[in-house]
Amino acid sequence: MNAPTMRSTSALLYLSGVTVSFDGFRALNNLSLLIEPGEMRAIIGPNGAGKTTMMDVVTGKTRPDTGEVVFDGQADLTKLDEASIATLGIGRKFQKPTVFESHTVRDNLLLALAGLRSWYKLLLATPTREEDQRLDEILSIIRMEAQQHMLAARLSHGQKQWLEIGMLLAQDPKLLLVDEPVAGMTDVETETTAQVLREINKTHSVVVVEHDMSFVRALGVKVTVLHEGSMLAEGTLDQVSADPRVVEVYLGR
Amino acid sequence: MITRFLWQGMDRNLRLCVLLILAVGIALPLANLILAATNPAHVPSWVLQLFGKYLCYALLALAVDLVWGFCGILSLGHGAFFALGGYCMGMYLMRQIGTRGVYGNPILPDFMVFLNYKELPWFWHGFDHFWFAAIMVVLVPSVLAFALGWFAFRSRVTGVYLSIITQAMTFALMLAFFRNDMGLGGNNGLTDFKDILGYSVQASETRAALFFASAVALALGLIISAAVVSSRFGKALTAVRDAESRMRFLGYRVEGFKLFVFVLSAAMAGVAGALYVPQVGIINPGEFAPGNSIEAVLWVAVGGRGTLVGPIIGAVLVNFGKTWLTGALPEVWLFALGALFIVVTLLLPKGIVGLWGQMKNRSQARKARAPA
Repeated sequence: MNAPTMRSTSALLYLSGVTVSFDGFRALNNLSLLIEPGEMRAIIGPNGAGKTTMMDVVTGKTRPDTGEVVFDGQADLTKLDEASIATLGIGRKFQKPTVFESHTVRDNLLLALAGLRSWYKLLLATPTREEDQRLDEILSIIRMEAQQHMLAARLSHGQKQWLEIGMLLAQDPKLLLVDEPVAGMTDVETETTAQVLREINKTHSVVVVEHDMSFVRALGVKVTVLHEGSMLAEGTLDQVSADPRVVEVYLGR
Repeated sequence: MITRFLWQGMDRNLRLCVLLILAVGIALPLANLILAATNPAHVPSWVLQLFGKYLCYALLALAVDLVWGFCGILSLGHGAFFALGGYCMGMYLMRQIGTRGVYGNPILPDFMVFLNYKELPWFWHGFDHFWFAAIMVVLVPSVLAFALGWFAFRSRVTGVYLSIITQAMTFALMLAFFRNDMGLGGNNGLTDFKDILGYSVQASETRAALFFASAVALALGLIISAAVVSSRFGKALTAVRDAESRMRFLGYRVEGFKLFVFVLSAAMAGVAGALYVPQVGIINPGEFAPGNSIEAVLWVAVGGRGTLVGPIIGAVLVNFGKTWLTGALPEVWLFALGALFIVVTLLLPKGIVGLWGQMKNRSQARKARAPA
């Protein structure tokens, strides 16, 4: 596991010199990024800046051409598959809510619940009392007790987003990657989502990719601006929006 | 532990279905054996044989549904597992012939004498024992499914590509089994069976027993499938069907789930084939024909994909229609089959069982609206 080139670091997530090309197009270009334990980070950038590719690399969906991706100071994520990375403690929420439509809300959470993953153990497993309690807890956090036996297919868009956040809570990862959580939400829902993420951040590290500036402002955390696959600026939202290069990328063309 | 596992899928509807299958499995043979031929309730032997075939097809359809309906793997090669199970049983039956063959060779089946074989090929050894053949009936299809699934699922071959691979597999097997030097009877396959477990395959008592065995196998297949599907494994399985990559990001190794159902399903298809062969009296490479596998998929679609009872209903109904139509209007059958496929795809995405559920929902909605 411990390749000699790998740097030991206190960071929870450490990306260094990561490059990913698709048919000559550099989706990520020598990207470096540090997320500290307990931190919440917002990542912004125009379309095609590499935000989603960055998440794909971290979760094992895409292998980088070069560069290091280290989780928790030891695990080399470039050598692991999605399932192992998820088991290490990285959760991911997609832009489009992907819940299991033919299952009930409760079963969705049960599937996400940290713990049993092996197929042969699941053949005989019945939910334990602890698991049931945990599910009840999460249902109350996401305020969906009343819908728990409803099929996920019948939920509204907003409710699906909530369920997905609940699933991430159930998965209980050390690091949460959240892709555009407020896309398609009403203002009220956006505000509640910001509250929930801050709540989650008390016990988990979070990386949020977002377009919505008012939402990023509401989060009030350190911001990283991506552009053409590299980091353009980093700092508070006020700092980066005062940066002339950022202004040019967002408004210049 | 096993009993608890098997019972977990048994809801009221399923218990009813299992009882119904077993009742048919007992009533039809009895009506054939005990009632006089003049009695209106008498079941003629040919009907018993026909419905025995349908029961085997129903088990095959259930196997297809387990992978397609619950895991989203559209296998167009399940006929191969069915045929392999059938060949294993056929090899046992061939070795029971002994000196009663045309050439009277105590060891070698007729076709081997005819083809100048001097001794029994290695893979024919052991098939003179029923227990050995019974193990092979399950093992051979399972091993093939495991090998295919191992490579395909690890390489993340999904969707239409996987369907093509399974279709190619059954086609390749058909070509291989057509060859005389496969040592499995080539073109003619295996036939002229005499005894099974010491009883004549022609005797009506044996036929009745085979019918009953098919019903029991189908009921067992249904119980096992229901247990798998309603377990937490089954929940994960349908989640894999609906959103595979999401499951990976939740930390599930999707390959293991797929491989398990694929192998289980192949084993069920193998058992179906093994029960089919002594009832129809022949197994030949034609059973590997790609069309057979596609027809099995159609039975599932007609009956109701992703339901457990649907494929059984579909298999029996479509084959009943086939028997009737190929007798009454032979040239129409293929058109009817094609039309059926179109109608089901367009109008009945959830098959007959789904239609029934739709009507129930509609009547409930009407009732709910009525007082307002």
